[in-house]
Amino acid sequence: MEKNINLTLKVWRQNSPKDKGGFETYQVKDISTGSSFLELLDVLNEQLINEGKEPVAFDHDCREGICGMCSLYINGHPHGPDSEITTCQLHMRKFNDGDTIWIEPWRSAGFPVIKDLIVDRDAFDKIIAAGGYVSVNTGGVPDGNAIPIPKDNADESMDAASCIGCGACVAACKNGSAMLFVSAKASQLALLPQGKVEAARRAKNMVARMDDLGFGNCTNTGACEVECPKGISIAHIARLNREYLSAKLQD
Amino acid sequence: MVKIDAKIPEGPLAQKWTKYKADQKLVNPSNKRKLDIIVVGTGLAGASAAASFGEMGFNVKIFTIQDSPRRAHSIAAQGGINAAKNYPNDGDSIGRLFSDTVKGGDYRAREANVYRLAEVSNEIIDQCVAQGVPFAREYGGLLDNRSFGGAQVSRTFYARGQTGQQLLLGAYQALMRQVEKKTVKLYTRNELVEIVLVDGKARGIISRNLVTGEIERHSAHAVVLATGGYGNAFFLSTNAMGSNGSAAWRAYKKGAAFANPCFAQIHPTCIPVHGEFQSKLTLMSESLRNDGRIWVPAKIEDAEAIKNGKLKPTDIAEEDRDYFLERRYPAFGNLVPRDVASRAAKERCDAGFGVGSTGLAVYLDFKDSIERLGKDAIEARYGNLFQMYEKIVDDNPYETPMMIYPAIHYTMGGVWVDYELQTTIPGLFCAGEANFSDHGANRLGASALMQGLADGYFVLPYTVQNYLSDFINTPRMSGNEKEFVEAENEVKERFQKILDIKGNRSVDSIHKELGLAMWDFVGMARNADGLKKAVDKIKSIKKEFWSNVRIPGSKEGMNIELEKANRLVDFIEIGELMAIDALHREESCGGHFREEHQTEEGEAMRHDEKFAYVACWIDKGGDKDPELIKEELEFKDVKLIQRNYK
Amino acid sequence: MSSLLCSSIGKKLLMGLSGLFLMMFLLIHLTVNSLLLIPDGGDTFNAAAHFMATNPFIAVVEPLLAIGFIVHIVWGILLTLQNRKARGSARYASGNKTKGVTWASQNMLILGITLFAFLVLHVAHFWVKMKLTGDPLLNDVTVNIAGVPTEVENAYALINATFAELWVVIVYVVAGIGLALHLSHGFWSSFQTIGFSNDIWRKRLTILGNVYAWFVGIGFSLIALLQYLFFQG
Repeated sequence: MEKNINLTLKVWRQNSPKDKGGFETYQVKDISTGSSFLELLDVLNEQLINEGKEPVAFDHDCREGICGMCSLYINGHPHGPDSEITTCQLHMRKFNDGDTIWIEPWRSAGFPVIKDLIVDRDAFDKIIAAGGYVSVNTGGVPDGNAIPIPKDNADESMDAASCIGCGACVAACKNGSAMLFVSAKASQLALLPQGKVEAARRAKNMVARMDDLGFGNCTNTGACEVECPKGISIAHIARLNREYLSAKLQD
Repeated sequence: MVKIDAKIPEGPLAQKWTKYKADQKLVNPSNKRKLDIIVVGTGLAGASAAASFGEMGFNVKIFTIQDSPRRAHSIAAQGGINAAKNYPNDGDSIGRLFSDTVKGGDYRAREANVYRLAEVSNEIIDQCVAQGVPFAREYGGLLDNRSFGGAQVSRTFYARGQTGQQLLLGAYQALMRQVEKKTVKLYTRNELVEIVLVDGKARGIISRNLVTGEIERHSAHAVVLATGGYGNAFFLSTNAMGSNGSAAWRAYKKGAAFANPCFAQIHPTCIPVHGEFQSKLTLMSESLRNDGRIWVPAKIEDAEAIKNGKLKPTDIAEEDRDYFLERRYPAFGNLVPRDVASRAAKERCDAGFGVGSTGLAVYLDFKDSIERLGKDAIEARYGNLFQMYEKIVDDNPYETPMMIYPAIHYTMGGVWVDYELQTTIPGLFCAGEANFSDHGANRLGASALMQGLADGYFVLPYTVQNYLSDFINTPRMSGNEKEFVEAENEVKERFQKILDIKGNRSVDSIHKELGLAMWDFVGMARNADGLKKAVDKIKSIKKEFWSNVRIPGSKEGMNIELEKANRLVDFIEIGELMAIDALHREESCGGHFREEHQTEEGEAMRHDEKFAYVACWIDKGGDKDPELIKEELEFKDVKLIQRNYK
Repeated sequence: MSSLLCSSIGKKLLMGLSGLFLMMFLLIHLTVNSLLLIPDGGDTFNAAAHFMATNPFIAVVEPLLAIGFIVHIVWGILLTLQNRKARGSARYASGNKTKGVTWASQNMLILGITLFAFLVLHVAHFWVKMKLTGDPLLNDVTVNIAGVPTEVENAYALINATFAELWVVIVYVVAGIGLALHLSHGFWSSFQTIGFSNDIWRKRLTILGNVYAWFVGIGFSLIALLQYLFFQG
């Protein structure tokens, strides 16, 4: 049954990228356990505005777990202490009356803080731009059924494609590695005949861009996979390694 | 004087688009590089258009308010995308997709546009497959189809429950490929705040950098708006928190006609509101109605007991349940179109039979299907949706029926466009949900994705090129022309004015008040009295905003309250125009239901002789009433009939 | 190819390949060591050690082994330093509570440094004495190899004497456990890095890796312990 709880929030506040930043402590009262975590922040912000203070800036958009906009590192977990969901789907029934909740931005050199809990994830777009696509122009393509694709391959490709680009993998990784993100896209396309054609070039370009942007090296801890809101498997990382190494060995 | 001319090509319906393409003017490759196009919005329509323009060789700038183009709300579409491929060999064709869409839209869409949409639908599927979109496949390796509401054929292509995501990522990747090639320049966290007209033509935009707060000037030879719908005027909707109608509204304020604003779609299967802190509503896919039965208690005392927590739904005996859709519409049962299902649920709840703690919910029960097909079969079909429901509501839908209630989902109305998707302002184009064109008064499931991509991949690349062919000798503007300077100053004044109010209320608290007024009076069922009240109420909300909103912080740097306030200013005005349009349209059609215009059984009644037109509203400036211009709709290829789902 | 070794995946390839090579070495090393448990006064072990010391194949492999160690250690440190930089200076105040991630996988460098420290001691104990400085305990003894009496170095005596010290045995047992932990992640991880894994093989490799790691780790520890307990005097 739903009830109301009182909480102490420790929220990272940082006015600008250059600002040093620090934690502020806030008390919030009578939060319905049926509300979502972001609704808790809405309540906090309403409270702050009424006190004449600046509200906490945080990224969010669709609030149904698919856009990948929301982030937040909550009590030791990217997207908080529930499995296979994003912060916007995290509900307050996961917390108890009197709890203290730590709310922090993603931490990684690749994702600098812009303000409060908002980080800059442009690096992900840059990696996709390096090769995360099939090089076809609009028009002049064959019929959709011209090339049959085994259902298993299509399904596995879809598993990889369900990545929402939120960055939780990087946030969870002790190495600040983006391998799960990169491998999900490389693997999705390598599994399909349409994407296989340029798989070698794609793997090389995407990995090179990832390295240039300063992301870390994967040490196969598997933390990314555990914290991924879409449950993307690190088997895709193995496939990327395979694609990349065989491509490089042929150079 | 604004002229409404749809510019529909001559000739038989099936030949119009072919003829247009054959006759259109082209721009040679060396000249394309000299022509700039601004695209605002990176959803299906915007991303696909910008990618295509870039591939063609135009010089493109694209803007998104989010941190990445991939966040656009197209990503949240679940069900699928329609196309007339007829792969299942069940009698589908371009003509049938066309007539289903016109009928589904309750005969308020433009025939020529809808036909073109059906015509290019097949190319969209081919394009997406070539891009590596992992559509669902059969064991033989060919594409799988599912059926959707409003059609008797299986023509919906899908990628699990994430079709919108996959199609958007396809378009996004095509876009990023062009960004890498430097044909497209990407501006993220950057919001259009004004459209700049030079000699009556759209020549650029003023934008606000949402990170630094700086106001920027961007010039071009044509501007494309692909900024989505305005459903968030209701505050609570299935739209994303950032979805807004401001770009479309800027076009209206600059003189573009705004068409059929009152046509908003209400989706029947959303998770009900749980409390006052609710920030948005979550959609559960329409596909659930294939196996779920919708009911409320037949006895009002049972409904009361459920509301008070004394009874559980499973305590209600079979004979005490009212399967109201099956009762009212025996032929279609739980699969009636969205508007019909939504109104029926509202009718039961208004009569006091609603369930849940608020009484604003009905049950969607899978008990019979689980008994008939087994739990595994239901889990295979809807497992991810059931899991999502359980995460949000903390109830197990395999054991207790789901609770659902209708919510605002999509706006069929939008910026008026002609056959070329050009607004009444030359050089200003509008695509996707932001325009009004293809869905009439009600959109069918799986048609929004089709329209967004049709506009972006297969219509705008032709029509914008046709427009630009006249500008090959028009030099770029520097952004220092007086029109840009004036527009920038106006924008700065607007923001300063908002900051200077220094009142006592947060933006959200006023937005919620607007949302309540909209839902109560301009929602699922409307009447003249209520709509008049809505207009008055919205006027008072507008006054409250301009005298009592409080924006902490300054215009420098990131200021989220300022962003929201700027959008709310426009939502308030959009809401007012929606009410005015709903008041003037004295008929019921599609998503627009006027209580005065219903049959004895409570069904929607259209008045084709008086209202078979597109209502185009023109802003007259200041507080003056908008002017109505009509685009009469001609139906030559489909016959107008009253929809009947009994 | 040169750019391969500069890339993140290329550097990890070196870690994975050198790791796999070292794991093969460990298996051979353990096999030979197990002969220490034959209660014949060390004759079998000494014969085996003689074979290893005089085999031309081993002469080729020995420098390779040294290179394997160096590459594995140097690249390990290099990658970790890079990863720290990529991680950034800010730490999470609420710590890291990710479940289902093994402790070993998060602490490979610490385990590696521990093993390196042990390696220094280990080399000082045996390799230095046997190859460079010599030791009175190593004085030749005669053993029968294939029926032929042969003069061989008495490596057994040196080992037996070393393991007479309790602190040495404790160090070896601890190092054995550290090695097992290091390998429990390293085994599977090497295959993942060279691309030989998927959802099915991952489970197999993890199980196989754990069996291998603890077999090797406990094996070395046990030999030292049994030498101390039952093979003295």
